[in-house]
Amino acid sequence: MSNDARSVSGSYEAGLKGAAEAVAEFHEPESALKKLQHWLHQTPSAVPMIVLVVALLVFGALADNFFKAGTLSTILQQIAIVGILGCAQTIVVLTAGIDLSVGAIAVFSSVLMGQITFRYGVPAELSIVIGLILGTAMGALNGILIARLRLPPFIVTLGTWQILLAANFIYSANETIRSSDIAEQAAALQFWGYSINPGGVKILYAVFLMIALVAIMAYVLRHTAWGRHVYATGDDPAAAELAGVPTKKVLVQVYALAGLFCAIAGWVMIGRFGSVSPTASTGQLGNIQSITAVVIGGISLFGGRGSIVGMFFGALIVGVFEMGLRLVGTDPQWTFFLIGALIIFAVAVDQWIRKVAG
Amino acid sequence: MEPILKARGLTKRYGKVTALNDCDFELMPGEILAVIGDNGAGKSTLIKAISGAVVPDEGQIWLDGQEVAFRTPIEARAAGIETVYQTLAMSPALSIADNMFMGRELRAPGIMGSLFRKLDRPRMEKFAREKLTELGLMTIQNINQAVETLSGGQRQGVAVARAAAFGSKVVILDEPTAALGVKESRRVLELIRDVKNRGIPIILISHNMPHVFEIADRIHIHRLGRRLCVIKPQDYSMSDAVAFMTGAKLPEGVTEVA
Repeated sequence: MSNDARSVSGSYEAGLKGAAEAVAEFHEPESALKKLQHWLHQTPSAVPMIVLVVALLVFGALADNFFKAGTLSTILQQIAIVGILGCAQTIVVLTAGIDLSVGAIAVFSSVLMGQITFRYGVPAELSIVIGLILGTAMGALNGILIARLRLPPFIVTLGTWQILLAANFIYSANETIRSSDIAEQAAALQFWGYSINPGGVKILYAVFLMIALVAIMAYVLRHTAWGRHVYATGDDPAAAELAGVPTKKVLVQVYALAGLFCAIAGWVMIGRFGSVSPTASTGQLGNIQSITAVVIGGISLFGGRGSIVGMFFGALIVGVFEMGLRLVGTDPQWTFFLIGALIIFAVAVDQWIRKVAG
Repeated sequence: MEPILKARGLTKRYGKVTALNDCDFELMPGEILAVIGDNGAGKSTLIKAISGAVVPDEGQIWLDGQEVAFRTPIEARAAGIETVYQTLAMSPALSIADNMFMGRELRAPGIMGSLFRKLDRPRMEKFAREKLTELGLMTIQNINQAVETLSGGQRQGVAVARAAAFGSKVVILDEPTAALGVKESRRVLELIRDVKNRGIPIILISHNMPHVFEIADRIHIHRLGRRLCVIKPQDYSMSDAVAFMTGAKLPEGVTEVA
């Protein structure tokens, strides 16, 4: 390096002499509000957890029989399907996508499992496996359209929602398989509807399944390279690609895995409702309910931020509101009123937390 | 001395536009080579061809005497060429350690790693901390801090540290000081010098003449899709270099009007 050149450039920087030498130091935020913002930034599931605790305390105070084991197990039972669909929705939203077809995949998969058993005489266990594979394939179709053809997730899944739900009605000829027939001939389909009853409190297998899936996905997203790639893909896909993340592959895998979760939810539906019905309300409401759980759970719709545990809290909050307001004896419409307010609150908090960068 | 990286006759056309026109290139071991040129001269296409982001239509590239033909940046990276992009290619919401290992994560030893695919966070964090310390970046307190909570200079520092840590053969820096303030630029220039002192040759693309003249050993002047000349900063002034790259003047010994 030549000293001449150095002095040349040194001259215009001479004014720096006497300026603070430290460059790019990181100062801890001083105010309490800033600290809170930073803490929430690092712990994205904290907001829904606080809301959940507050809701539990409020309803516990308002309704006498709220804190009974039976009430709490009923809440868990009622959110089992939404919780599993929420697992699917979480990984999709983390990639900055959205999946409007989760409910349709769930219903169609449950119908496939039932029809393959009863129409073709395939053993129920095998039908379940086939149903899970087909559900995964439906998700993968979403993923391929989004990753390879670069179509917006909202449009693709809006389309597949309609297509799969229509295919579901056409294939099943709008036929419901009765609960008693399933119990007699294909009990495996109803597996997740069985329960253990410690001390007279009924806990469905489905509840354990939901908690296990959330726990597994929390591990996968936090502690594996694939999980980090899901976050990176949602955060900044161009940057992730340059850093060596195969973002298209990740996207296809995410939507396929979401399809598998939806098919599992479809299997759980048979256990919960007893029958196999192509008109199950999950087909229309599943997507809205799972998106609600994800948003209230503090997962950013812009991708790359949030935790699946937050989604679980989000689903619980909805369940607690529904049950609590029913026990208090208000008009059930208040549930939706409050959930709506909570959604807006959650997104506002997300925006505020994101400002930590600025 | 043999060049560590050599290219001959690189050509890249986009429709009717010839971005690279029979371009040669040489990087010597241990040097900082600046690449300068006017906008549209094709220097970013040249860099992309070397880093695997663009596949040239014609021409050959040798790395360490071996002919190479990269189809993706990942292939170039595997061969030991690391690029710090102008956009930095970092995920803002993820931690410094996660970003440093993005796409080449370390897995835990034993069954936790092989079967459960668990990341070896302690080892990744230790490595990241070491690399940042080596480059004097330990004003960063917490290796698990999200990148978006860092200042521009710190982010650039982390990106340079990542490239220096993994770039075994060549480090390419695309406009590393363009988005930085005066003080932060100074810090990044020191970082670049540190990387050079560890024996890794650097290709520096920059518009900032004072920075180029301060830090480069040689300057590759790019004009109209090809190498016009290579000069030493002590032999010429900044205004000469600007005259060469804009075509206002021709360097001695170069007769052909490019």
